[in-house]
Amino acid sequence: MNAWLGPSEWQAVALSIQVSLWATALSLPFGILVAYALARWEFRGKQLLNIVVHLPLILPPVVTGYLLLLTFGRRGPIGGWLEDTFGLVLAFRWTGAALAAAIMAFPLMVRAIRLAIEAVDPKLEEAAATLGASRPRVFFTVTLPLIGPGLIAGAVLAFAKAMGEFGATITFVSNIPGQTQTIPSAIYAFLQVPGGESGALRLVVVSILLAMGALFASEWLARRTQRRTTGREGVL
Amino acid sequence: MTLAVEMRHTLGAFCVEVAFKAPAGITVLFGRSGSGKTTVVNAVAGLLRPDMARITLDGDTLHDSAARRFLPVHKRRLGYVFQDGRLFPHLSVARNLDFGRNLAPSDAPGPDRDEVADLLGIAHLMDRAPHALSGGEKQRVAIGRALLSRPRMLLMDEPLAALDTARKAEILPYLERLRDCLNLPVLYVSHSVPEVARLATTLVVLEEGRVARAGPAEAVLSDPDMVRQIGVRAAGAVLPARVLTHHDDGLTELQTSGGRLFLPSMQVAPGSATRVRILAQDVILSKAAPFGLSALNILPVRILALREGSGPGMVVQMTCGTDRLLARITRRSAQTLVLTPGDSAFAIIKSVSIARVDIGTG
Repeated sequence: MNAWLGPSEWQAVALSIQVSLWATALSLPFGILVAYALARWEFRGKQLLNIVVHLPLILPPVVTGYLLLLTFGRRGPIGGWLEDTFGLVLAFRWTGAALAAAIMAFPLMVRAIRLAIEAVDPKLEEAAATLGASRPRVFFTVTLPLIGPGLIAGAVLAFAKAMGEFGATITFVSNIPGQTQTIPSAIYAFLQVPGGESGALRLVVVSILLAMGALFASEWLARRTQRRTTGREGVL
Repeated sequence: MTLAVEMRHTLGAFCVEVAFKAPAGITVLFGRSGSGKTTVVNAVAGLLRPDMARITLDGDTLHDSAARRFLPVHKRRLGYVFQDGRLFPHLSVARNLDFGRNLAPSDAPGPDRDEVADLLGIAHLMDRAPHALSGGEKQRVAIGRALLSRPRMLLMDEPLAALDTARKAEILPYLERLRDCLNLPVLYVSHSVPEVARLATTLVVLEEGRVARAGPAEAVLSDPDMVRQIGVRAAGAVLPARVLTHHDDGLTELQTSGGRLFLPSMQVAPGSATRVRILAQDVILSKAAPFGLSALNILPVRILALREGSGPGMVVQMTCGTDRLLARITRRSAQTLVLTPGDSAFAIIKSVSIARVDIGTG
């Protein structure tokens, strides 16, 4: 693969995977929390939370990217605080690309997990409580194992979305080779220069392979979890 | 161990307002669907928070709305067996059973897994997944799981309602063993009279959210005023009896306080205690000692009370030895015989009219 892909192309592929893995891994706990809150809790502002979570799905990605730049840029309220307190810079760094990808993928992840939680019969959770399990214990021993396939589906969707994220990423962290140039940004850059089509096509092939690989892996994992959790073959 | 319940809860236009005590043994909450039975059990379990409640178990407060004390579900240590089993689908039978045991205090008394598996006949199912179990097996595992959480009391909400007659007959003996072998109080919801007659030590009859009658099961079942709630075709007294001998012709002879009874043979060792439900509609009354009848069981009785219903029938309550019997006869027969309280009479019961499900242990 090294011979077939040039160093900068290889860099873009590796960076995309790095960004997407971090984006997925870091947003998963929040995704589970928000999905659980939306599925099971009644609270004021629930509808508002639902809308805010889904906003990145509807807004033009450029708008989301620009809003990220305003808040998480070095002079933005949160970005400045992060830099002063932790020395963490997001703007024009791969960390920012991960944040942009996570935000854009979040609604898809929450939707998948929420559906899985809603499919868990609350009566099972009640039964666990009567057996002496506290709420956190019920969640970790009953709810979480039962939503396994949904979690995987949500994570894979989020990973795929992160791999393909372009608009918000390029707006927030630009298109710096080796720093913030992910596969979509690299394809875009190739198409801006004469004779770049072959490089773009190679990355297109890589994108398709990665996407298919991720889907196969998730299908396999989901079937395995389903078999383990219900004893039945499950289709994703 | 006594559970004391006093509660009021409004659900729309429906109000449940009850007060009763459940002593040791099986206390059955009996009533039609919609009479508030499940509401009461869920309040005891802590799955429902009633508007007003004072629920104590042996002086330990589970819920006291006046004092704003509410013990959360998982701290109450009451085993709950639901109508639909609710086994965890992702865990094997063994791990379902262990779920509660691992959470119980280590010094809490109770049977261990082998004893429970033995008692309920589920030892061969340990490695199975819940979906591979029959309805009756699922319910037995659910009972075992509740027992192994080392509860202070067992709550059962129509645990047999989802099962067919054969499966019910399969589980009833296990429940009787539970009642007779483990010293664990049980609050049991049911709308099935045969189940009540087999299992209940104490009976609480609920009607439209109120307690219509509460007391020892034998007294409530033989109360002619309860016939309407129980249903005229299902009404009948429960007679405690001791097995005397099994005869070669397929009959079992029992001793009751009022005389001997012959029943279709039962698989119980001589000497053991049983309880036999005798349906009011299966009892014939005679003022003179009958002669030349095919019926084998003729018990001398004394008329206690007569109750007229709205139809052509009436219910007669009698003493039979130290126990009570009920008979349902027509008003016309009562007038012809001139039955009056205090009269001596004879109750005639056909052996074959007593169904197997109505013969229990205890």
